[in-house]
Amino acid sequence: MNRSLFLGGLLSGIMLLLAIASFVWTPFDHAVMNIPDKLQTPNATHWLGTDHFGRDILSMVMVGARTSLAVALLAVGIGVGLGVPLGLAAAATRGSWLDEVIMRGNDLVFAFPSLVIAILITAVFGPSATNAIIAIGIFNIPVFARVARGGSLSLWAREFILTARVAGKSRARISAEHILPNIANLLIVQGTIQFSLGILAEAGLSYVGLGAQPPTPSWGRMLAEAQTLVSLAPHLAIVPGLAIILTVVGLNLLGDGLRDRFDPRLMEGRA
Amino acid sequence: MKLKKPFVAAVSALGLMAGAAWAKDTVTYATQLEPPHLDPTGGAAQAIDTVVYLNIFEGLTRFTPDGAVVPLLAKSWDISEDGMTYTFTLQDGVTFHDGTAMTAEDVKFSLDRARAEDSTNAQKSLFSTISDVKATEPQTVVVTLSEPNGSLLFNLAWGDAVIVAQESVETLKTAPVGTGPYRFNEWVQGDRVELVRNPNYWGEIPELTSATIKFISDPTAAFAAMMAEDIDAFDNFPAPENMVQFEADPRFQVIIGSTEGETILSTNNAQAPFDNPKVREALAHAIDRNAIIDGAMFGYGTPIGTHFAPHNPAYVDLTAQSDFDPEKARALLAEAGLSDGFETTLHLPPPAYARRGGEIVAAQLAQVGIKAEIINVEWAQWLETVFKGKTFGLTIVSHTEPMDIGIYTRPDYYFQYDNPDLQGVMNRLNATTDPDKRTEMLQEAQTIIADDYVNGYLFQLAKLGIAKAGLQGVWANAPTAAIEIGALSWAE
Repeated sequence: MNRSLFLGGLLSGIMLLLAIASFVWTPFDHAVMNIPDKLQTPNATHWLGTDHFGRDILSMVMVGARTSLAVALLAVGIGVGLGVPLGLAAAATRGSWLDEVIMRGNDLVFAFPSLVIAILITAVFGPSATNAIIAIGIFNIPVFARVARGGSLSLWAREFILTARVAGKSRARISAEHILPNIANLLIVQGTIQFSLGILAEAGLSYVGLGAQPPTPSWGRMLAEAQTLVSLAPHLAIVPGLAIILTVVGLNLLGDGLRDRFDPRLMEGRA
Repeated sequence: MKLKKPFVAAVSALGLMAGAAWAKDTVTYATQLEPPHLDPTGGAAQAIDTVVYLNIFEGLTRFTPDGAVVPLLAKSWDISEDGMTYTFTLQDGVTFHDGTAMTAEDVKFSLDRARAEDSTNAQKSLFSTISDVKATEPQTVVVTLSEPNGSLLFNLAWGDAVIVAQESVETLKTAPVGTGPYRFNEWVQGDRVELVRNPNYWGEIPELTSATIKFISDPTAAFAAMMAEDIDAFDNFPAPENMVQFEADPRFQVIIGSTEGETILSTNNAQAPFDNPKVREALAHAIDRNAIIDGAMFGYGTPIGTHFAPHNPAYVDLTAQSDFDPEKARALLAEAGLSDGFETTLHLPPPAYARRGGEIVAAQLAQVGIKAEIINVEWAQWLETVFKGKTFGLTIVSHTEPMDIGIYTRPDYYFQYDNPDLQGVMNRLNATTDPDKRTEMLQEAQTIIADDYVNGYLFQLAKLGIAKAGLQGVWANAPTAAIEIGALSWAE
């Protein structure tokens, strides 16, 4: 196992565990305000301190991890669910009008700066975690479509596909049974990277107030709320900031590690 | 730093020492909101008054920093026995910034314009009892009322009642022309308004030669600008959490006062279940004011139990009537047939008192089973959906107009409270000039709305003033929105 894979897996795993654990246990109820205890620095009772309402920051970070991971995961889900079939269809009908429509549509979505459009979507349809998921998800579609198409094209020229075609299998069936399993590793690597971008995008949207709404904790909003308090209680910004950094770095390392592991060219190089 | 201009001969005659020649003679003052335009007679935005009131524009009377009403453009007045006729004698030698003289005709024009059928004045009701305005002599104005109005002189002190000239009235919004000690110089939109001293001012010439009023709404930017000393003073600082740092810093003076802002959990009285007084009473007991003041305002603010400013002599403390008692709140909800609680919305405009206060209120309401969905809105959206559209359950807002308990007599006002008893009291109040009787009626009105639990009464908004050490004459309180540049000076 390579080092990126190990470190990335470890960091991502910790965040995932925190998020899952928050369903059954957090040190305190993340929503309960205890104003006399506000702005405590990390101590034995509140391991990561308290915020300006006296809420326990560790509990908020744990539940916030849930928000971040859920938004990013669902956004990647939208991208995979819609983008991969589109990419497969484009590859299967290479050069046809369908291929053209799909790929030019892709280019169109790519042409817009993703966060700006995400802000537009949430501003029009109202800020909420659901709209953040949709906004981020839409921009994942062309990414996966392109990876799926690119990965499939070379496969369509391979003998085993020709064999399958001669055997009379339809293009759709070949895509599902033979192409998809062979591009799975590409998709997993891309998925990991999109996942980390999704977390960053969710934090960004929440930071400007367009993500999950209070009282649902979110790392981005925790950062935004810490802004005027940072000179009084720096831990209010440091804790959610670190949570975002560690998760994003972790997922990127994991993505790198997985790519190194899956990529046949790199493996040959090593051997 | 600039040398004083030669024309200060007149000023030194007023007693300025020669040693002041090198003293700083300008000020950069910051406020949170940029006004939409600069005509106080044509807009409701407080931000307009903040910039122009007592600086560019003046009225017949004015507010002092402690809220009293004193003569300004009217030197004196006589009130007839029956209280129906006011005869104002105007100051001599008053000119507008364009050089024309301010006469009784201008006063008549300004008041007639404000009370006209098609008037765009945001506070038209201030003038509703005026039936006639006559300019009998160049310096004499006779105002006749349709019924006695004990608060006429108070009403005329408002920024909405300033005296303007007919010739300049079309361009007031972008190039205001008034009679005040400062003239409009430049408005850099999105950044600042610049004012210069009016050398022909009719009254005492102020000390500072010019002033810049900067607009900084972002709390982080406000903190940075103050710390870097880019600004000399902040009218009402947006982030209460930073006050402790200013207090500890010898470069600054912190001036905490009170505003006229009753911060309330405004309740849609026409919407179920809030049309049930029991539910509103339950709301009142579910809220812990002190937790809100501590958590949202870092301790700045005075609890209120009705819609009235605690610094007003007529205030009655009714906070005990709506004390924090979640048990009682649950019992009242059960009586109202809502023992399982209910769901509603909580619209929160941008200021910290609303956004932070709202999170605390939502958490407190959740404790008694009321699930209030937080909806953060910008001001424009708030005006559209809450204030005009009346599609809301709850909202938090600070009502900053002075003596605005009269809004409770308007059934079409956004919280839609309709009680003939209160309307009767307020009608009698308007017709009464005797101060003791007025106080009594004001107290009766405060008690009626507290008994009806019309809204959740949270706290009186504090004015968090910050100025560089050495700046004198800063208003501690805000009886109206104003930055009186003419009152400012720098200590040695």
